[in-house]
Amino acid sequence: MFGGVFIKNKAMCKYLAILGLLIVILVNCMELYSGESLFAIDTNNMLSFNSFNLVFITVAMVCTLIFFLLSGSDIEKVGANVSEYFALIFFVLCGVCLAATFNTLLILFIGIEIISIPLYILTGSDKRNLKSNEAALKYFLMGAFSTGIMLMGIAFLYGGNPEGSFYISSLNAGQGKMPVMIAIGLVFMLIAMSFKVSAVPFHFWTPDVYDGAPAVFTSFMATIVKIGGFIAFIRLFENSFGSVQPQWQLLIAIITAATLFIGNLTAVFQQSVKRMLAYSSIAQAGFMLLSIFALNEAAKEGLILYAAAYSLATIGLFAILIKMEDYTIEGFNGLGKKQPVLAVTATVFLLSLTGIPLTAGFQSKFYMLMAAVRDGHHQWLVIFAVLCAAISAYYYFKIIQAMFFKEVSLNTTSNNLLLASAETTSTFRGLLIFIAILIIVLGLFPWLLTDWLHYQ
Amino acid sequence: MLGNFITLPHLLIFFPLIAGVIAFFIKSDSGVRGWSVLASLLTLAVSLSTLIYKDNLELNGLAYNYEWLKYMGASFSVSLDGLGRVLTFLTAFSFPVILIATYRNVYPRSNVFYGLMLLSQAGLMGVFLATDALLFYFFWELALIPVYFLCSRWGGERRIAATFKFFIYTFTASLLMLVGIIYVYLHTAGTPFSDHSFSIQAFHTASLTPTQQSWLFWLFFVAFAVKMPVFPFHTWQPDTYEQSPTAVTMVLSGIMVKMGVFGLIRWVLPIFPAAVLQFENVVIGLSVVGMIYASLIAIRQDDLKRLVAYSSIAHIGLISAAVFTRQQVALEGVMIQMFSHGVNIIGLWIVIDVIEKKLGVRKISQLNGIAHRAPVLTIILVIIALANIALPLTNAFVGEFMMFTGLFKFNGWYAAFAGLSIILAAVYTLGMIQKIFYGETNELTAEMSDISFNQKLVLGLLVLAIFFAGIYPQPFFEITKDSVAAIVTRFK
Repeated sequence: MFGGVFIKNKAMCKYLAILGLLIVILVNCMELYSGESLFAIDTNNMLSFNSFNLVFITVAMVCTLIFFLLSGSDIEKVGANVSEYFALIFFVLCGVCLAATFNTLLILFIGIEIISIPLYILTGSDKRNLKSNEAALKYFLMGAFSTGIMLMGIAFLYGGNPEGSFYISSLNAGQGKMPVMIAIGLVFMLIAMSFKVSAVPFHFWTPDVYDGAPAVFTSFMATIVKIGGFIAFIRLFENSFGSVQPQWQLLIAIITAATLFIGNLTAVFQQSVKRMLAYSSIAQAGFMLLSIFALNEAAKEGLILYAAAYSLATIGLFAILIKMEDYTIEGFNGLGKKQPVLAVTATVFLLSLTGIPLTAGFQSKFYMLMAAVRDGHHQWLVIFAVLCAAISAYYYFKIIQAMFFKEVSLNTTSNNLLLASAETTSTFRGLLIFIAILIIVLGLFPWLLTDWLHYQ
Repeated sequence: MLGNFITLPHLLIFFPLIAGVIAFFIKSDSGVRGWSVLASLLTLAVSLSTLIYKDNLELNGLAYNYEWLKYMGASFSVSLDGLGRVLTFLTAFSFPVILIATYRNVYPRSNVFYGLMLLSQAGLMGVFLATDALLFYFFWELALIPVYFLCSRWGGERRIAATFKFFIYTFTASLLMLVGIIYVYLHTAGTPFSDHSFSIQAFHTASLTPTQQSWLFWLFFVAFAVKMPVFPFHTWQPDTYEQSPTAVTMVLSGIMVKMGVFGLIRWVLPIFPAAVLQFENVVIGLSVVGMIYASLIAIRQDDLKRLVAYSSIAHIGLISAAVFTRQQVALEGVMIQMFSHGVNIIGLWIVIDVIEKKLGVRKISQLNGIAHRAPVLTIILVIIALANIALPLTNAFVGEFMMFTGLFKFNGWYAAFAGLSIILAAVYTLGMIQKIFYGETNELTAEMSDISFNQKLVLGLLVLAIFFAGIYPQPFFEITKDSVAAIVTRFK
């Protein structure tokens, strides 16, 4: 389950990585299915494995697997140190697992750091590119800052709780008003976690970093890392601060609304698809924040579903984007004619991100809205969220329009498309179709995923 | 009847769905046309057989229920009650008519075109059959997506902007309805597996206070009002009708518009009775204003498509006003009028399509004296136009008469103002006929020839339907009587 797989052989590393990941997923599923743990490792109750965490880890790993399969060859193109890239990604994955299973604040901190540090390196992995370097530095400075805030938050929580322990459950005591120390700690944790999931107003690093990093790693960051941040977020807030939810709910509501609003509105004005996806990932984070706002059964099911739906669609979109030379929306003009498979699958992904029925994206948005409505407080947020979802249709559909209804302009773009057509192999197209089908199947039968939560 | 697993509602939904998917893979141009016409005719046959049965839905295989999302209380539950039967029949009847009438139109990538057409038919069928709110929403959106692609790909010059406006409008409104659905759902009683249920029976018995009802009412109403469209939510409609390919315009105006009316009757009236009583004057007022407003604009239109678009807004205004009178007679009138409006407007579009394809223009000011060149077309158009202004013996007369009766019973003033729009309808419809068909032929119209056999067949069929429903509407009442009564009694 803690896959820090080191691979020496450069040519083989991709296949080895895929194989290693497959084994880990298999073990994970077996544990999930049998309902008892296969390895009895004494972690001093610092890690907890329940069905929610395990399902989540499985989702993250399956997404990584698909990511490897789709973009593995593109990782090889980024630079010379291929095996390092894979190793770093596995480190991140290990961090995601820790973030999904932590039981004490210390493990949470370690998990978040294991996620972050390799990412700083990956962002800057395109060493010759100034933009990539700038992004890495920016990310590192901002990330270090948020780490500091998180540590301070942990210190406050440690000092403030009567039992004086790092276990998150010990924080969850009593219904009454929070002590000041705990309250300060909570706000600090909130800021740090918001930074990690790029919620407004802590989102400023996101567009630059996503834009500057090599597109393959952006794809990874925007999906698996982001949902990893969310799982930590919801687990922390549910287990530590669940009983005092009314006291911080308004804060989350405001952050959610701001995230939805800024993310969607800014995405509308982007010309580069890569940058647009960065803003759209902020907007989607806003929807996922609804689960933390609501913190109920539907919210947890919804978050899992959302994580899967969002990651699959985004990974697929990025895989297609990488094949394009021109990252602007005009670069997509006429794709429907040149590359019908790419265009049709991209349409499914975009529809899923918009939340059109029959796709997993609809089901996940639906669960989120339901969770928020069920919560019963701050109902304006729900209306606000759907209006923002309507805005998101605007920019997602601009790409669909470009692909199908616009002709290729007669400059360099047409050459790029020709280039693209040479690069896509039939395996690549087959995988895209597979993801699209997976999205539709999840859209029709979301219980294929959510029912796993009821096994234990 | 057909066994426990495949029922008539299944056939109505899945037949076009599967046929549509197959159509994507037919490479030959004529092959895909033939296939889609055949498929739509078969669907019509299925639909005709549904008209035979009246009661005992379960026993006759007219209803089906499958637990889809068990722990959520959502199910794939479809049933053919009176309302659904009329509208699925309208859908099943319209598609072959549309496809045959536009058979000669050539589309690039016709396999995709026909595939999407059949998919939209499947979506529409689902909307009219679903008795589960989540399923209803599913199909509601699904009907929209193929139409979006159809309009954007094969429409007129400004198609992308026009369709996008349409899409954003309806999508936003639908999402608001989704919030409404979720809210009502959380106030329903549960099933053995879940705390709440999406089934329409559960929605009927949901415990909602009048205050909750009043804002939920607007969440639902806006979604349906945009689709119909009711004034002031109509601004997308003339552009979209004008820019869409004619076959799609027919689907939009003939059938999709009825999704909104149907939604009101099936979901809004029975679920929010208190709110309906509270807001009925607002809605009827809006509808009547919209009728007169749209009629006045229609008089000034020079483009044939826009004229029919505005005339459609006026007619739908009357329908939506009648829905909110909550009278048995008015609602039965609405049901028959939905069918009649579909038949009439599709007829009008076919005639416009013929003129546009042959002459290349649809400006009223440029057309003159077509009657000299195309006598059959003229006769048919006059009949359809007379039906459009609801002359006795035509189908629309029955429906409009009943709706006016209901409106009059409700409040005489509304009926009086709504009556104005009938006069205005006569002005613009007859004015159009005069200008286009009579008078001297000009250079342009001298090249006009009469219509082909296909078109004669289809238009003849429509004329037959117009007279049949106008002279002997009784079968419609038999079908809808009980379902309408069930809704009306919720207000007693």
